[in-house]
Amino acid sequence: MTSITFTDHLGESRVVAANPGDTVMETAVRHGVPGIVAECGGSLSCATCHVIVDPAQADLLDPMDDMEDEMLYGAATERSATSRLSCQIRVGEVDLRVTTPETQV
Amino acid sequence: MGTETSPGGPGLLIIGASQAGVALATSLRALGHDGAITLLGDEDHRPYQRPALSKEFLQDKVGKESLIFRTAEYWAEHRIRVVQGERIVRIDKRPDGSGIAFARSGEVFTFDRLALTVGARARRLGIPGADLPGVLALRQADDALELKARVPLVEDVVVIGGGFIGLEAAASLATLGKRVTVLEAGPHLVGRAVGTPTSEKLLQHHLRHGVEVLLNATAARIVGEGDRVVGVELAGSASRAGRVVRADLVLVGVGVLPNTELAEQLGLAVDDGIVVDERAVCSDGVTVAVGDCANLPNPVPGSQPGDRVRLESVNNAVEQAKVAAYAITGRDGEYAGIPWFWSNQGSLKLQIAGLSRGYDRVVVREGEGTRWSALYYRDGRLVAADCIDHPLDFMAVKAALAQGGRIDPDAAADATRSLKQLTRLPVSA
Repeated sequence: MTSITFTDHLGESRVVAANPGDTVMETAVRHGVPGIVAECGGSLSCATCHVIVDPAQADLLDPMDDMEDEMLYGAATERSATSRLSCQIRVGEVDLRVTTPETQV
Repeated sequence: MGTETSPGGPGLLIIGASQAGVALATSLRALGHDGAITLLGDEDHRPYQRPALSKEFLQDKVGKESLIFRTAEYWAEHRIRVVQGERIVRIDKRPDGSGIAFARSGEVFTFDRLALTVGARARRLGIPGADLPGVLALRQADDALELKARVPLVEDVVVIGGGFIGLEAAASLATLGKRVTVLEAGPHLVGRAVGTPTSEKLLQHHLRHGVEVLLNATAARIVGEGDRVVGVELAGSASRAGRVVRADLVLVGVGVLPNTELAEQLGLAVDDGIVVDERAVCSDGVTVAVGDCANLPNPVPGSQPGDRVRLESVNNAVEQAKVAAYAITGRDGEYAGIPWFWSNQGSLKLQIAGLSRGYDRVVVREGEGTRWSALYYRDGRLVAADCIDHPLDFMAVKAALAQGGRIDPDAAADATRSLKQLTRLPVSA
């Protein structure tokens, strides 16, 4: 069991327990983390599970593929340097820290 | 209408633990609604997400737990009572919208206000043999579990219906090594939901991946030996009539019927779904209906007054649920964004923004690699886009339509130009 810290755009944080192997998006949705919409349930179709990964941890993640990269260009909140779609981030052994953007839709 | 439910009373009863039902319950709590909420489903499963049933779940890429919407802790913490396996068969409702719902089991559920998120059911085939074991639909988790249990035992599959569910399942089954034949009654695949150029692209994709597709093809009967399916006999033109396509499994994906029986029994207006206004409120002025079961005013900005639609999509369930939550809590708030849809068929990723029906011009953009999109125009205005492996175009059109923007068709025909940059937004006041 690891944990993920979700911080919203106003700076409020909540820590959620996560199972290695699940995605960050799934973990957020199951616990009802506000700020993650995830309409498409993780099939890389909607860009409503946008998160900004703590820059110190960005290199720990597998690199994104073209589809994810292109979806992020259309995200409702302008992307940042460490933006990712949380449906594409697998929970590993590290306690991840991500920030949710102001809006997803 | 915006009255809160009575303090300490039974509160809101949501019939249907569907995407729409879950979205309504969670939207209400997100808005700070404090009244009691009961979310009632007729399946023996925790509330779950359907889209993967024909795709990732069928292919064993995700497990059951990934489909579950929320943890038990979430429901408890947010005081949403989730009831499984109860089917409501009759409802007595007073003029103020409160009443009593009776379940088949004998259980009784009282409510201050009612929400119908009862969804739709798979249309059945009315042909001989349609009741044989091995003839399946794919709508609910139990359907998917039965299909998955049979998959290792079969080699030849006939999919009746070339719509989204049929094609997604066909691609999944082909990926699992099955010989798959799709029978589509019409001249085009997914003819109801995508434009003709997109249908053609889908056809080429499935043929290339070894799926046989017969267009203008209907089934006369399902052929059985004992209680086992062995084939599907074709109807139609002289050259095909009587031909039997081998099948030890038949998957029927010929559309859905909205579940309107409870609404009819309540005397609510019904016309291809439960008729609701732009606030998701039914004809009695108090009950709400959301999702696949609802017939709503077309939410696309600039639609003709009186134009109505029934939308079978996750996006509509989520957005309409928010509107219903505004109505229940007495807030103002409009349907946000424009309808959008997705369908993953094997390696092909289709994303649709807007509603292309009634289009009079198409602009096709052939992008790099497999990227492809078709932009649909009506009276010179962009109304929709079908995008294959092309998230940039999809996201650009979705944003343009939601903001009332325009994209010049002649400029868009140059596939190297960015649609985001071609978007002209209306001048705001």
